[in-house]
Amino acid sequence: MEYGITSLRRLGKHGGLIALAILLLFNILITPNFLQLQTLSVNISQVATIAIVAMGMTLVIATGGIDLSVGAVMALSGALAPLIFGSQFGTDYPTLGLMAALCVPMIIAMLCGWFNGAIVAYIGVQPIIATLILFISGRGIAQVLTNGNLQTFQNPAFSYLGTGKVLGLPFQGWLALVIAIILSLVISRTTFGRYLLAVGGNERAASLSGGPVHKVKIGAYIVCSALAGLAGLVVVAINSASDAARNGELMELDAIAAAVVGGALLQGGRAPIFGAILGAVIIQLVKYTLLANGIEDEYALIAKAFIILAAVYLQMGRRVKHA
Amino acid sequence: MLLSMTGIEKNFGGVPALSNTTLELRSGEVHALIGQNGAGKSTLIKVLTGIYDRDAGEVVFGNTACNFSSPGDAQVGGIATIYQELNLVPLRSVTENVMMGYEPKRLGYFIDWKEAHKRTRSILSRFNIDIDVTEQLGKFSTAIQQLVAIARAVSLEAKLVIMDEPTSSLDASEIETLFGVVRDLKSSGVSVLYVSHFLDELYEICDRVTVMRDGQTVAVHKVHDKSKLDLIGDMLGRDVGEIEKEGMTQLGHGFADTGELLLEANNVSTGPRLKRFNLSLHRGEIVGLGGLLGAGRTEAARAMFGVDPLVSGKLQISGQDWTPLSPTEAIEKGLAFLTEDRKVEGIIPAMSVRENLTLALLPSLSRGGQIDRAREKQIVQQYIDDLGIKTTGMEQPIRELSGGNQQKVLLARWLITDPDILILDEPTRGVDVGAKREIQIIIRNFVEKGVGVILISSEFEEIVEGANRIIVLHEGESVAELSNPGITEAALVNALAHGRVEAA
Repeated sequence: MEYGITSLRRLGKHGGLIALAILLLFNILITPNFLQLQTLSVNISQVATIAIVAMGMTLVIATGGIDLSVGAVMALSGALAPLIFGSQFGTDYPTLGLMAALCVPMIIAMLCGWFNGAIVAYIGVQPIIATLILFISGRGIAQVLTNGNLQTFQNPAFSYLGTGKVLGLPFQGWLALVIAIILSLVISRTTFGRYLLAVGGNERAASLSGGPVHKVKIGAYIVCSALAGLAGLVVVAINSASDAARNGELMELDAIAAAVVGGALLQGGRAPIFGAILGAVIIQLVKYTLLANGIEDEYALIAKAFIILAAVYLQMGRRVKHA
Repeated sequence: MLLSMTGIEKNFGGVPALSNTTLELRSGEVHALIGQNGAGKSTLIKVLTGIYDRDAGEVVFGNTACNFSSPGDAQVGGIATIYQELNLVPLRSVTENVMMGYEPKRLGYFIDWKEAHKRTRSILSRFNIDIDVTEQLGKFSTAIQQLVAIARAVSLEAKLVIMDEPTSSLDASEIETLFGVVRDLKSSGVSVLYVSHFLDELYEICDRVTVMRDGQTVAVHKVHDKSKLDLIGDMLGRDVGEIEKEGMTQLGHGFADTGELLLEANNVSTGPRLKRFNLSLHRGEIVGLGGLLGAGRTEAARAMFGVDPLVSGKLQISGQDWTPLSPTEAIEKGLAFLTEDRKVEGIIPAMSVRENLTLALLPSLSRGGQIDRAREKQIVQQYIDDLGIKTTGMEQPIRELSGGNQQKVLLARWLITDPDILILDEPTRGVDVGAKREIQIIIRNFVEKGVGVILISSEFEEIVEGANRIIVLHEGESVAELSNPGITEAALVNALAHGRVEAA
């Protein structure tokens, strides 16, 4: 019995890495042309957006919250960018237009985050309900802005976000890596990071110790939305088209799944940033494995459900230790 | 003999928690089990009720050797346990909580609610509790909930009832009710195993006492043959004379002249639970807040620390008016507040000792939002050494520490902020005798350095021996003030009971 729990615990700690190893091995043996640079590139370019959003989600989950609005925020920021660089101003001043097309959507995304955080922190609405507001209305606003049309465009400078390469690998992969490094430094070395984990670990204790609980919560939601906004831009850049109805669809679930698979606890108090990336990679690899072997997308959804189930089960094993 | 546990051994990962432990209970006896935190009391109970498997030893209950495999198993066998943490469902009705698993049925499947409510009412009436049993349990006070838990356990027709710190959230009259029930149980032949840190209680209801230290049974006495000091001596493994010379607590060491005025509260109110609070505090002084449960002591602390906003009245710090708006502001003004409930308002369980210890110091430990980690480690190590915090290292999660060591970390959390005013709400509650003395010494040292301390304690010895003055609160109002030297427990009890100082 003792041994069973110990080994389960050990598995829980490294479960993600083990799952990754199994997936890689499986693909190397079965999937044709898996060990190609091309395959790596495709996977990185697709996993980057999930990873970027999942890292923001990890911060929010660390405060004991959840953000359902990330997909809608992606659609909103993705819809705004082409409108800006495609406008009269954008075509007259291409450089300024590009800057604005990057900055304005991000600022709008951060305002969305502030809105979410303020409702949660000051009004005390449960996060799942608070973020439902933008989950529903955000995509609606995006579709109104674009009249519900697919907007295609030609803008190589903007498209670099989604199609550019650095050292032969997709730009957005490097972007996700840089964000991960910055966020993990923020969590381990700054007062914001320390308070973030304290608020999630025991909000009353954090508040009575002088922790700025409201500010920290709002900060987490702002960062989460900003990263969702960035991911929305990346998706639009990859496709050279903005589709407000599809951009970021179901992303909230992928991001939550990646964060949980990566070791985030839904009750808060932990922020495993690189775990979120690992979770995103696992989810992406499962999708890819099934796709590359000719299995339909519907089955990928079922497989994803099993991964989440397994991750949650392993987390329970981890908590046995604490009891 | 109802229960006999002999030669019990239990190891955790090679470390012995119990070694050759013995516990014997007679039928119809109220038996106390005492010892410091970590002495093995809880482990012994968990071995008995089947939560842990024992490594060796024999358990005989009611003349048969037994080996309960789970608490449910033990309950069926006739042992009911009431744990410190309540195992109840706050959102369900009182009846559902009391009857859970034993609901009266109609036609085999449908719960007979009328009968269930009736039975619940009659069970609770034994405890003089007259409440609407159809209400949600969570709407009642912790004390009522505790009594409901006890009522449930007692109603299960147990031959042995185990009570682990049952009085820690009860007030004086509720404790009397509980004692009444314990005496009732005894006279109907049920045995009670009573675990408590409050030694005074033992003399009221217990027949015999087993003392544990370091996983072993060190003594079994008739309670009335031994004094409180004898029992403390057994628990600590120390000489009684030595303890006597040093006093019961480590707080009182003469009352030196006190310094300048630090804090003054004038008719402070935060609502119906704190209506009119007055206090003045000087450097190098301990001011005790006396009062019964619900008298407004914790509310007074929360008002001064900026947790509850003031409705009326005035606070002054060093002679200047000040309206506290948040704990953050209070900390900046040099206040510190060690809260009563360690688990709910104190520790952040998943964080390390280091992170817990520096939580209140973060603003001055960082520059531009970045924590100075080298300095952090150095300060933490210094306090671990100075306060004698027992830990495997500063990175150990705080939840793994014993209650006393957790409390020391929380005390350190405030001491490192270098406060002028230290508010301590039950600083030694739920802490074993050894750690209690150490914590009292730490507090005394800081008072001598000129810190002003506001002390809330349900242990009369602490405020009677330690405080320069005691402000007595009654229903949210300051009603009396006693001054040391000259305070006796009798005088304090009298003031608490009557809400004023009796003319001598």
